[in-house]
Amino acid sequence: MTFSVTDIGAVLPEILIAVYACAILLIEPFLPKDRREILAYFGLAALGLAFIATWQLLWADLTVLNGMFVLDPFGNFFKLLLYVAAIMTILLSMGYLRRERIDLGEYYAFILLAICGMMIMVSGSDLVTVFLGLELMSITFYILVGFKRFEEKSLEASAKYFILGSFSSGILLFGISLLYGLSGTTNLEAVALHLRGADPGNPAWVLAVILLVAGFGFKIAAVPFHMWAPDVYEGAPTPVTAFLSVGSKAASFAVFLRVFMEALGGIHADWRFLLILLSVITIVMGSVVALVQTNIKRMLAYSGIAHSGYALIGLLVGDRLGIFSLMLYMPIYAVMTLGAFGVVTLLRRGGVEGDAIDDFAGLAKKNRLAALAMLIFMFSLAGIPPTAGFIAKFYIFMAAVNVHLTWLAVLGVIFTAVSAYFYLKVVMVMYMKEPDEEVHLAAPPAVVMVLAVAAVAVLLLGIYPGPFLDYAQNAALKIR
Amino acid sequence: MPGNFIPVNYLPIVIFIAIALAFGGVTLLLGTLLRPRRIYKAKLTPYESGNIPFSDARAPFPLRYYIIAMIFVIFDIETVFLYPWAVVYDKIGLYGLVEMTLFISVLLVGYIYAWKKGALEWD
Repeated sequence: MTFSVTDIGAVLPEILIAVYACAILLIEPFLPKDRREILAYFGLAALGLAFIATWQLLWADLTVLNGMFVLDPFGNFFKLLLYVAAIMTILLSMGYLRRERIDLGEYYAFILLAICGMMIMVSGSDLVTVFLGLELMSITFYILVGFKRFEEKSLEASAKYFILGSFSSGILLFGISLLYGLSGTTNLEAVALHLRGADPGNPAWVLAVILLVAGFGFKIAAVPFHMWAPDVYEGAPTPVTAFLSVGSKAASFAVFLRVFMEALGGIHADWRFLLILLSVITIVMGSVVALVQTNIKRMLAYSGIAHSGYALIGLLVGDRLGIFSLMLYMPIYAVMTLGAFGVVTLLRRGGVEGDAIDDFAGLAKKNRLAALAMLIFMFSLAGIPPTAGFIAKFYIFMAAVNVHLTWLAVLGVIFTAVSAYFYLKVVMVMYMKEPDEEVHLAAPPAVVMVLAVAAVAVLLLGIYPGPFLDYAQNAALKIR
Repeated sequence: MPGNFIPVNYLPIVIFIAIALAFGGVTLLLGTLLRPRRIYKAKLTPYESGNIPFSDARAPFPLRYYIIAMIFVIFDIETVFLYPWAVVYDKIGLYGLVEMTLFISVLLVGYIYAWKKGALEWD
């Protein structure tokens, strides 16, 4: 057991977030009820400091804490994405929680703990660390999903997520234990080293890979492990849905990539077929089922499922370009999805639930800028240039064509066209249908800020992606 | 051992499981074969500690029990971790001390939170 100052420096962002989360829990009971919003700023401060800390360590590449934890540009890339997602989530939450009368200070502590779990996940270089982070994230999400505790739907979503989530964690753990049994180690590099001499046709290896795919597949909501997503997305408070669909998915993809590239990269040819199958049914199911949704949150859930399918292509290709395209896909998916959910939070007022697609009727007249932002997000989700969604899909399909999976790219393009129907339907409803009542929907400044930043980011990444592409490419180079 | 996946080391465990299952099964089987069978109605009714049940056992009960149980589990786990830590303390030295201090202080945060929120009050 060795322990040095470098180790602490490397995990500084995680320590910062965890300390702030504990501080929020300690301060919360002593605050009067109407001053709890202070804790939101506490959370923002923690994320800002962690952002600076990670920024300072951006190109560091070291393994610390006895090989359990790795600080590398790949992990840092995802951490920056997670900070931005969490900051946007907190900004969306403040007004929302007050309106829903669930403005408890613990909410912000849970957001911080969830992001701490995600950070440990993306930096885990040992299956134990990975699982620890995954559980920290999952358990906090079980609570966050049920945060509207007086609403049956929210509680149902929480219970469903809890039962299915712990089941999937069990499956993942079973896969990890099989890997450990076969190689005698949980360290990703050591597993890879062991795999070099092993017979990959061994049924136990196959079973371990299948179980790992099932475990991670649940977290990224890949078909057939997606059944929880629509119900949980619909029931959870909208900012939590946004965070769940963005943060949890990005972190899970990062760890999926790291485990399969670093530990199981040697048998890439063996698991590739499994992921191709998974990717195809995920794209088809997600796009087709989204067509008939009448609830925007369910629609975005199925859209998120379809996007997981596209991102899986980057993972299954598995070369530099594949990894790069997946890394590009995640932040772009994150900003456009967060933005779309941000607009959904605006529609909630008084007696209007605001999550039916029909509630968008005449939004262009109720709030012109929100409608414009939603239009940009929907175009981007559909992958129409000049938005970021186009760039993301372009590189994914290019990676597929590059390794002669042209048919997969063609299938992806076809279902992108299918998905344009339900994205553009929202735009049609906003602009071409008359509003049911003449009201102006006011947007709180925090939400305006989130929408503006997300919309500008989506357009900027679509028109001038150069610097961002360079950054992603350099970070992708550093993964083994 | 590449390719060799027959877990020979687990053989004692398999034998142990077999013996445990056989012991339970054989005992029950012998019991049913040997004991006299005289069934009557009163013998077949379910009972609790000799009393005749007067209501359904699945009744709601105060949430407080859950909170107390939860706090108990947390501190129970703490003890579970403290025992092996104390046993190997001389081997892990300062590193172990720092780790355990951190672990306990995180639990302490939870304890203060629960205390302040009134989870320990019983009225």
